[in-house]
Amino acid sequence: MKNSFRSIGIDKEKCNGCMACMRFCPTQAVRIQNNKAFLLEDLCIDCGECVRLCEYKAIVPLTNSFSEFSKFKYTIAIPSPVFYSQFGKDAKPAVLLAALKKIGFDDAFDVACPSEAVSIAIQEYLHTYNGPKPLISPFCPTILRLIQIRYPNLLDHIIPIESPMEIAAREAKRLKMKEFGLSKNEIGAIYITPCPSKMLSIKYPPRKKHSFLDGAIAISDIYSSALKVLSNITGNAETDEIHGLGLGWPIFGGQVSSLKAEDCLAIGGLNDCIRIFEEIENGRLKDIQYIECHSCPTACVGGSLTIENPYIARGKVLRMVERYGTQPCHDKKYIERLYDRKYFSLPGKLSPSPIEPLDKDISKAIQKLKQKQKILGLLPRLDCGICGAPTCASFADDVIKGMATADECIFLTIKKFETISGNLFQSAQKTSRKVRKRWERGNNEIE
Amino acid sequence: MNKSFTQTFTVSGNNFSDAGKISTEIKMILKQLGINSDIVRRVAIASYESEMNVVMYACKAKIVLDVDPEVIKIIVEDEGPGIPDIELTMKEGYSTATPEMRELGFGAGMGLPNIKKNSDEFTIKSDVGKGTRLEIIVYIN
Ligand SMILES: Nc1ncnc2c1ncn2[C@@H]1O[C@H](COP(=O)(O)OP(=O)(O)O)[C@@H](O)[C@H]1O
Ligand SMILES: [Mg+2]
Repeated sequence: MKNSFRSIGIDKEKCNGCMACMRFCPTQAVRIQNNKAFLLEDLCIDCGECVRLCEYKAIVPLTNSFSEFSKFKYTIAIPSPVFYSQFGKDAKPAVLLAALKKIGFDDAFDVACPSEAVSIAIQEYLHTYNGPKPLISPFCPTILRLIQIRYPNLLDHIIPIESPMEIAAREAKRLKMKEFGLSKNEIGAIYITPCPSKMLSIKYPPRKKHSFLDGAIAISDIYSSALKVLSNITGNAETDEIHGLGLGWPIFGGQVSSLKAEDCLAIGGLNDCIRIFEEIENGRLKDIQYIECHSCPTACVGGSLTIENPYIARGKVLRMVERYGTQPCHDKKYIERLYDRKYFSLPGKLSPSPIEPLDKDISKAIQKLKQKQKILGLLPRLDCGICGAPTCASFADDVIKGMATADECIFLTIKKFETISGNLFQSAQKTSRKVRKRWERGNNEIE
Repeated sequence: MNKSFTQTFTVSGNNFSDAGKISTEIKMILKQLGINSDIVRRVAIASYESEMNVVMYACKAKIVLDVDPEVIKIIVEDEGPGIPDIELTMKEGYSTATPEMRELGFGAGMGLPNIKKNSDEFTIKSDVGKGTRLEIIVYIN
């Protein structure tokens, strides 16, 4: 299924056309037209870099607000474990879950424990796997989309295992349906998300039709209300303390270190992920088993909807892992049995959504590519951005695709400017002569 | 009107920091042309392995990519030591890579065999002391 949902939108009222987003977009998906940014949705991979950058708050994450969930009889918050790292350095996960209940959710379910279970499932999967290597983690929706768009060859490398947030939501719903005799549709499971891209995987979950989650609220949107109630939660929280290696999942290397498997890598940041994917496509890295890939260089604690500095958040996560992470939260044997019963499996296929070629007909595409190179040869290669495209190369692309015309390049129209400015200058000179005469005459009369 | 798209690249020996750049560029070209991803992968492997052989064993090379509606052709022509015994060199596992190169994960002796495996037509010619010329052809349909 080709998804047409993007997890960010542009508020044209607030946008002042400053080009920051256009310049920094890692997939060159932003253009400026009539002084406003707009998104080429086919190219956007929901990384949220522009959300982070925009000083005018004109790029809005399309996450939900609390009121959108009033239709549910019962609401369950499913906070990303990143949430635990956003408050004081001694804040306890269980207390933070209790805080979510104080601010209006009927219940809150931890995702760190399901993460540990997923680690065990991945380990089991690696044991018996003998397909193309290395395997790639499926949990960062931006990475998944990058692969669907640019590296369809690598779709077979993505591990078909359910994400911790889905497992948490599934379990939470199952328990609450039983406890209160509610139907599935009466319970809303809401992810508390560090980044917009999770919205994408809720709307278009990989390898299946429907997510167990009903939406997501940004960590940054509930931060202050959670902070306010935190001091009122004293002593023991209602829930038991959260344990396990899953607590380390939101930081760079967290998945790999919870795996206890050899020959694994962790990669953070889109550029480095792209370099690695190029290598895999070239047939390299076959001796690596598993690669944990994050679009954000500091992994999920660096998501664009977080509050805490990602490095400080990382420190807090490490401290939490030190305190609570050594004691597992699951019986490994039990999880292995669940794995054997396909509890973690996602049988569906991932479909590619490759960038549109220059033309569907290869002969025409070849001619267009030649034209594009020709245009590029005429352009100044300064990537000034005045035309509204981030680079001369993307501008040439736009021209070939009919989205722009060559005269939008200021350097190509400089000749026109010369004549126009020459004319302007002459008429200005004439006027100036007249004005000066009038001025002198006027001065004389006053005297 | 010429029906094909041609682009020439140059590679210099020992330049490990740029290794793989050309095969990346070739892939970008093929993806823009809407070439099927299996074919892109085969071309990627063949061009990458030839590019790496230049980096590791030759002084410099010219790589010419030529795409017409039916075939993708890549010619790699290097100036370098040449290959004295082509038959031996084409054997799986044969390699003269140094221990340092092996440290970097090269030198499995699978490069040339994989180039051949991934092309529909493959020719290799070499003049000892002068250089080596590979011609790689992959059919689009
Ligand atoms: N362009 C070249 N010039 C000179 N020698 C080459 C060239 N390409 C390959 N060779 C020789 O052929 C051998 C086998 O190459 P290849 O199959 O790519 O395996 P590897 O690169 O792992 O050694 C190399 O070790 C080298 O001795
Ligand atoms: Mg080689």
